[in-house]
Amino acid sequence: MYTEKVLDHFSHPRNMGEVQDANGVGMVGNAKCGDIMQMFIKVNDDGIIEDCGFKTFGCGAAIATSSMATEMIKGKSIDEALKLSNAAVVEALEGLPPQKIHCSVLAEEAVKSAIEDYYKRKNGDAPETEKTAE
Amino acid sequence: MRKVYLDNAATTALSPKVLEQMMPYLTTIYGNPSSPHSFGQEARKGVDHARDQVAKALNALPEEIIFTGCGTESDNTVLFGVAERYAKKGNHIITTNVEHHAILHTCEALEKRGVEVTYLPVDENGMVTAEQVANAITDKTILVSIMFANNEVGTIMPIAEIGKVCRERGVLFHTDAVQAVGHVPIDVKAMNIDMLSLSAHKFHGPKGVGALYMKKGIRLPSYVMGGAQERNRRAGTENVAGIVGLGAAIALATQTLEESAARMTKLRDKLIAGIAQRIPEVKLNGHPTMRLPNNVNYSIKYIEGESILLMLDMNGIAASSGSACTSGSLDPSHVLLALGLSHEVAHGSVRLTLSDETTEEDIDYVLDVLPKVAERLRAMSPLYHA
Repeated sequence: MYTEKVLDHFSHPRNMGEVQDANGVGMVGNAKCGDIMQMFIKVNDDGIIEDCGFKTFGCGAAIATSSMATEMIKGKSIDEALKLSNAAVVEALEGLPPQKIHCSVLAEEAVKSAIEDYYKRKNGDAPETEKTAE
Repeated sequence: MRKVYLDNAATTALSPKVLEQMMPYLTTIYGNPSSPHSFGQEARKGVDHARDQVAKALNALPEEIIFTGCGTESDNTVLFGVAERYAKKGNHIITTNVEHHAILHTCEALEKRGVEVTYLPVDENGMVTAEQVANAITDKTILVSIMFANNEVGTIMPIAEIGKVCRERGVLFHTDAVQAVGHVPIDVKAMNIDMLSLSAHKFHGPKGVGALYMKKGIRLPSYVMGGAQERNRRAGTENVAGIVGLGAAIALATQTLEESAARMTKLRDKLIAGIAQRIPEVKLNGHPTMRLPNNVNYSIKYIEGESILLMLDMNGIAASSGSACTSGSLDPSHVLLALGLSHEVAHGSVRLTLSDETTEEDIDYVLDVLPKVAERLRAMSPLYHA
């Protein structure tokens, strides 16, 4: 059902875990539909994501897409990270079964959610450490 | 790597003894059982013998048994058939909210045709009571259909008591016994069962063949029409080899039922106790004792079922889950939700179902692997705080 790449990210997830000094944290999904992704980013003064991490409650595809998403945004600028599309994540994983494509969409949303949180904190708004997108 | 198959509720391996009995009917005995010549009559003998074997296993008469394509077809035959045949008597059917989709989806289709269906709710162990059934029966009730044992959580329903109520109230009683046959003793006479569905591939028979028991005197419209096979009850050239296999498998299963059930119960209970000991925050789903000898179903909090299965599979262990990701819909198993589990807890379920081939070493292996899987996935989970 899953490609080698997906199984690899599932068995050896990249950037798994909290990032202690993260300055942007996003959380998307909900327990009702069985997928929750938490994305941590640490953005430096030059606007580069120098560290990122993820935590996921979900199936093999959910874990693989969130792992791959962190790999794709690490070391990139925020603007580049905002351009990350779910299609790009699927391509990087060399494909997902059709019924699992929605997991890649959630991964894209998780990245955007973390970046949104970073901006909120930067602009002096009350930082939300946990934000759940609808 | 050790391979441990613990998804026997999904399907079982074909027993070599059963295969041996099927072989002649896949090779040299190839006639059509309806043909009057010797080629046909040889095949006919095989079918008739299997019918005797099924009847014996259920304490029924051979003429009360028809062969179908699967358990699902047997269920469909009963529901559509009774609704049509007894339409003048009434239009109310009673069932439960934990039935297999073969019953539930068919009931939903009947509702669209104006049949009223009562889905009795189960308790937190997945059990309905005979009292609930008695209270639900009206003068419009034409059928009570309640599964013998649940496929997800293994709960065994009080079938004999329900049968007694139905007999007293004059309502037909059908049971989907697909998961129970071969695991628990069934006596259709003593239990007042009017109709029963079963399927060969759940007790080491071949896939693609099932049977339907209907008490003498019950005549339903055929679900599959177009031939005189099965005494005009179910058309289509018989799956001779499959039927022979079904008969052989049910005979073998019934022969060794008691000792087999005892052996599996012991292993099942070791697995149940072992998981509770080794993994914190788990919940056993289904009744603790009124449960199929081979069924273990646990919710492991903070993690999701499909990822549990994937990791188990990487370690050679085959299991099943009630999570949405495995069902292909957004909702987890309707059975787990019916038990009162929250979506989150239902998503984290894993079902392990044993067979006669399961050894104690297999159980020990699972008890070694599953805690590690849980730990690994919990470390990844935003819901788990060590």
